[in-house]
Order: sequence, then C-alpha cells, then structure tokens
Amino acid sequence: MTTIVEFEAGAPHGAAPSPALTTKGLTKRFRGGQVAVDAVDLSVPRGSVYGFLGPNGSGKTTTIRMLLGLVAPTDGEYTMPPLAGVGALVEGPAFYPYLSGEANLHRLDAADPTASGRTARARVGQALDRVGLSAAAGKRFRNYSLGMRQRLAIAAALLGPRELLVLDEPTNGLDPQGTREVRTLVKEIAQEGTTVFVSSHLLAEVEQMCTHAGIMRTGKLVAQGTIASLSGGRAARIRIETPDVADAARVLGALGLADVRAGGDVTAELGGHAPESVNAALVGEGVAVRGLSVVRPSLEDVFVGLTGEGFDVDG
Amino acid sequence: MSTADTDTRRTPGLVPVAETRRSAEHGPLAPETLVPAAPTSAPGAFWRLLSSELSLTFRRPRNLVMLGVLALVPVAFGVVLRLMTGEDADGPMAALLEATAANSLMLTFASLSILVPMLLPIVVSVVAGDSIAGEAATGTLRYLLAAPAGRGRLLAVKYLNAALFGLAATLVVTLTALAVGMLLFPVGPVTLLSGSTISVADGLLRVAVAVGYVAAGMAALAAVGVAISTMTEMPIGAIATTFVLIVVVTVLRAVPQLDAVQPFLLPSHWGGFDAALRSPVGDMSGGLLAFAAYIGLFYSIAWARFSGKDITS
Repeated sequence: MTTIVEFEAGAPHGAAPSPALTTKGLTKRFRGGQVAVDAVDLSVPRGSVYGFLGPNGSGKTTTIRMLLGLVAPTDGEYTMPPLAGVGALVEGPAFYPYLSGEANLHRLDAADPTASGRTARARVGQALDRVGLSAAAGKRFRNYSLGMRQRLAIAAALLGPRELLVLDEPTNGLDPQGTREVRTLVKEIAQEGTTVFVSSHLLAEVEQMCTHAGIMRTGKLVAQGTIASLSGGRAARIRIETPDVADAARVLGALGLADVRAGGDVTAELGGHAPESVNAALVGEGVAVRGLSVVRPSLEDVFVGLTGEGFDVDG
Repeated sequence: MSTADTDTRRTPGLVPVAETRRSAEHGPLAPETLVPAAPTSAPGAFWRLLSSELSLTFRRPRNLVMLGVLALVPVAFGVVLRLMTGEDADGPMAALLEATAANSLMLTFASLSILVPMLLPIVVSVVAGDSIAGEAATGTLRYLLAAPAGRGRLLAVKYLNAALFGLAATLVVTLTALAVGMLLFPVGPVTLLSGSTISVADGLLRVAVAVGYVAAGMAALAAVGVAISTMTEMPIGAIATTFVLIVVVTVLRAVPQLDAVQPFLLPSHWGGFDAALRSPVGDMSGGLLAFAAYIGLFYSIAWARFSGKDITS
C-alpha cells in the first residue's frame, strides 16, 4: 500500500481554490532509523475542515509537529500560512499549573510577536468566552477539569485572527456534551473562513465534522479527498434478504454483478445497475425477495479496505 | 508579485524549508494568497515576552522562597555579629568582625563573601536550569514555539531572565545587608582593606561596583545553566547538573596540583568583587573577561543545541 489513492472532488466548478496547506514528500526519520512520517503529500483546501485520520502511532502528531516547526523534516517541504496566523493544539493541553486560565492565555499571547499587548485583554476575553470558560477565567489551571483544560487549549488556538487552525485530537478526554460543543465550534470557525486541520483517530467524529479527510497508516498517507468522494469511492453493494440464497446468487451473477457473496444474505457490487431492475430480475426468476437494500460504504469501510486493519473506535 | 513566485521561509534554526508558491501550478490566486503576508512584529514584542517571563519568575513561590532565604543570611549574620561585638573574638572571624563592627557597609561585603561561593550560585542555577527544561517538562515549550515565540527570541528571553534573576538575588542580599548593617552598626567613613578611609557615598559606590561584578559572575553561571537546560526535558536534572558542576569545580580548586587550571574555572573569579574594597579599586578585568568568555561560549552551546532540537516534549 504505497500508492496514494486520490479521490477527486466531484463537480469541477471553475478553478479550485489554492490549498491552505500542502506538503510535498514530507518525511521524518528519527535517530535510530524509525520512519515516523514517510513522504506525505497533503493538500488541504482553503476553507475546508480536513480530518487527518489514522490509528494512534501512524505519524499524525509528528506531521503536525513538523508543520509547526517543532520537529525538523528529514526531507520534503511544506507550504502554509505564517505561524502567527495559525492556531494550534498539539498533543493535548499544556499550561502553567500555578497560573489562572486567563494568565496562561496572556502568557501565550505575549509569545506571539505579531500580537499587540494593547488588544490582549480583549482577545483573551473573547477566546475564553468562545469556549465557555469566562466564569473560570480566574481559576488556576491546576484546578481545571480535563474538559476545561481541553477547552482552554482551544481558546489559546483562537487568540488571534487565524487563517489555519491545527487541532490535534481536540475531543480527547471530553464527555459527549463537550465533544458536541467542540464539533459545533469547529463548524462555526470554518464558516468564518478559517481552514481547520483536525487530527483524530475517531472515524465517526471526522465523518460528522469534516468536509475532507486524509488517512494515515504507518507513516504514509494512504488516501485523501472529500468525505463524500472517500466514502463513495468504493462501490455500493446490493444486499438481498432471501431464503433462496443459491438462486439469488445465480441470478445476480447472470446479471453481471461483480463480487457476489452468498452467506445469510446475498450481496454483490451494484455497479451501474439500478436496484429496481435487479429486483425485477430476481422476482422474475422466482426468487423470494424479503428485503432489498443498497449499502453505501462508510468511511470506516473505506479505511478498513485501505489499511486492512480495524480502528480504535472506542478511543 | 510576478517576480516573487517563490518565497522561501527559513524556520529559525531548522533545516530551511522552502515555501513554494508557484502561481503557474495553482492557477490564478486571490492577491492575498500569493505570498504569505510577512508577519509584522508588534512594537515592543521582545519586551512583552521578557516582561511576561520576568513576572512568571518573580511570582513563582519557589523563587520567592529562595530570595527570602538569601535575605535571611545577612539578617542572621548581622544579628550574630552584633551580639558578639562585646566579646573578645579571635580566629578567622576576628578581622571580619572588627571591620563590620566598625562600619555598617562592611556587612554587605561580609554577606556577599559568605553567599557568593555556594548559596547564590545554587539559587541562580535553579532558575537557569529550569529555563528551557521546565517548559519542556510542562509541555508549554511546544505551545510557546508554535505561538510562534521564535527559538532565538525565546532563548534570549530565557537567558536574560536568568541573568536578571541573578542580579535580583545579588541585590536582595546587598540591600538587606545594607539595611541591617545601618540598623545595627555605626554609619560613617569606611576603612578599606588597604587601610585608607573613604566617605559613605564612596563606600556605597563601591558596593554598587561589587554588586555589578557579582551579578556578572552569576550571569556567566546562568549561561552554563541555560545551556544544560537545553539538553534535557527534566528541570531537576538540569538544575542538579549545574549544581554538581559548581561543587566539583569548587573541590577541584582545593587541589594544589590543579592550580594551573584555576584561571579557567568560573568559581575562581566569583570572589573578585573584593577588589572594590581596595584603594584604588583593584583590577576586575580578568574576572569580567572570564565571565564574558563563559557567557559567549555557553550561550553558543545553548543556541547550537536549542536551534536544531526536535521538540518532542
């Protein structure tokens, strides 16, 4: 699995907007020879919410660390907005435990050379408000719950005007309520025109939140494209519930459907066939059709198909 | 913009990363997307980060406790000397006792000579050793650099902070000693080590010279501490290493066979502040040159290490 499967966006309408983030052959080989990231070519369209998917240890965080200038690439190059226009959450929240949430944000803001000290108070207030931490602004970080810490990290990523937001596992450690809030927040941010690059090992999350996705496996990018094209890139299957399994399989085969599988049900790749005509053919041959459905593959099926491994769905 | 198709940005200290924007490849772009807007630094950005660093350092309870302990030494020392003035003292303390009893300003020099060989360097190595390693341990280093603080700027701020903390520690000792000295001992013309007498104002000036010299010595130690701090993600390790180095060097200095290397050892020069007590003021250039050499060497080591380091903490 070394070739990258590119799923092109469906309808070509005019010139595609320039990508907000691209990498070309981005590679990181750590001392000791371990290749954490292997010639990754990302293309993150401007204004998209890009899900960077992959199991734990597949090279997502190392890629993000390279983009943020924390780790030097062994090879390859990347294009992205200047770091001052990039908000980032990397590998969980990290703050000074003895400072309040507000003081922590002021500290990070002071580290950004493009941020003005005069507007700091207002921007910190806005960022805290945005993640619903205004009431806990004066509380020491030490006393924050896991969810509050995660939210403070997102607030830190929203301190200034951002062209690109890089969020590494933003819902880690959040309860379902918090997860939903983060999803809503990400959608809002994207609507304002900020490109969001969000890494996750949770497929469902990416499917709900993202417009695009890239799938990593053992350091390699194995697929990328729009969610729709990724999910639709694989053939839809027709599934027939019937007691006459053998007959149904024979009819489907005769119709020219590929990959006919007979088990409890009979399934086959639908291809270009209309489901209603398949049904008519089955009934015409005397097969008792109790149920008929078309199964379109989910992102998870795509992932399993591409990588041959299961996903850490429970997180 | 037609001539500026390729914009190469060098991430400070990292392998140069070419940021290529070939408009021919991507078709017509919106004007603002052609070349990333050069990040313009807000005025005073460096001072803003330095003042943030200083307020972090001087608000941290641990550091305040250390400064408090330093302040206690001249207080305790002054009180003990005051109680002993009635008695007939002899031994090594006699001269110091006599000088201090005779003049309040001498308590400052007496306190510095007690603290400069060991306690003051320990306090400075805590802050210097913690500088980078402490940020790495809490994970805040990655956020500071992604902010983006800039590696060169962050290292400069961290070093200046440690050096200024050394100055503050020296000042705490000196000012406490001055206050306690003036409270407990007579204020008047100062008799110098060389026997001549100077006015109180001249005496205070000489105290200031001593403070400057000691602070410069601590700034040299801070460079060593910051350099060690760039090599680990464990602040305790960096602090302990700096501290152990001081102890080892101090022990080495006691070995007569190693006299030849004495001038190259940092602690050999820390005691040179007593040149301020001679008339005319003694030659401090040897010590100051050594401090400058240590700062130059160890700051370069720190930069060499920090600029290319992969931040995986």
